Amino acid sequence: MPDASDTPAASWPPAGCALVTGGSRGIGAAIARGLAADGWPVAVNFNSGADAAAAVVAEIEAAGGRAFAVQGNVSDPAAPDNVFQIAEAELGGPVLALVNNAGITRDNLAPSLSDEEWEAVIDTNLTAAFRFTRRALKGMMRARSGRIVNIASVSGLRANPGQSNYAAAKAGLIQFTRTAAVEVARRGVTVNAVAPGFIATDMTAELISDELLSAIPARRAGTADEVAACVRFLVSQQAAYVTGAVLTVDGGLAA
Amino acid sequence: MSAVTKEQVQERVTEALASFGPDASEITPEATFEELDIDSLDLVELAQIVEDEYGVVLKGEDMKELKTVGDAVDLITERAN
Repeated sequence: MPDASDTPAASWPPAGCALVTGGSRGIGAAIARGLAADGWPVAVNFNSGADAAAAVVAEIEAAGGRAFAVQGNVSDPAAPDNVFQIAEAELGGPVLALVNNAGITRDNLAPSLSDEEWEAVIDTNLTAAFRFTRRALKGMMRARSGRIVNIASVSGLRANPGQSNYAAAKAGLIQFTRTAAVEVARRGVTVNAVAPGFIATDMTAELISDELLSAIPARRAGTADEVAACVRFLVSQQAAYVTGAVLTVDGGLAA
Repeated sequence: MSAVTKEQVQERVTEALASFGPDASEITPEATFEELDIDSLDLVELAQIVEDEYGVVLKGEDMKELKTVGDAVDLITERAN
């Protein structure tokens, strides 16, 4: 038990770790760095970017934090068990903060969207988030403490031509978030979504044009750190009463 | 795995159910989950505890059949042995 000399920060984060899927680059890397800065030992999940994940871990350690890179393709049904076991063994505690960030796009207009493009996006962006959430809730419910943040998208709230698969996955993720939040709220576990708009990352580099920027009320793309700031809030102790929420980070695009 | 006694299961189930709210004294074999205000989420968590401790997998349909604490203890004991 904490004694009186402990500051409030000493009891939070709780005795567990954070897991960020797709944490090797872009928004996921910014979230991993941010949560580590908030005192969480962070498991940085990656699929193919081993070097990038190692760089994120090195950066976190250089800043005085703890992190460990864990390989796993989130769309593999066995991934949650494997990734959780490694993360919990390496970082010495249950996953009490989960950020489902891993995502892919396979853009195409609906008339020419292939089954493979549809399935790949649904599997990675929706089904994987469900499986990781299910796995995380076991420990969180028992601990009576947990934070789950699902990275959705403004495309899950407003139509964006060429992204019907991505939009369906992200809209599904938002409603999954709300429903799971209500189911587990009284166990001290919160489940929220963050819906980024156009954020400057590798995934969106080809999409961002002057025309698109002029459609954003803030007239600029967002940064990965601006998304991470919202996730850090939702994972914080102060956000204990925020659950089932969808926080848009989009420069006003969906307003 | 060595045999698990009904008494051991009763003790563990009582401990788990008490953590969901009801007074340990109210948790008798005859008590119904409804009387104890134990709902579906509580039963899901009880199933997880049972799976972790005894390797017994209780599915949703198993749990739906259970009305009393004694029903749960009997089913878990039977499956564990």
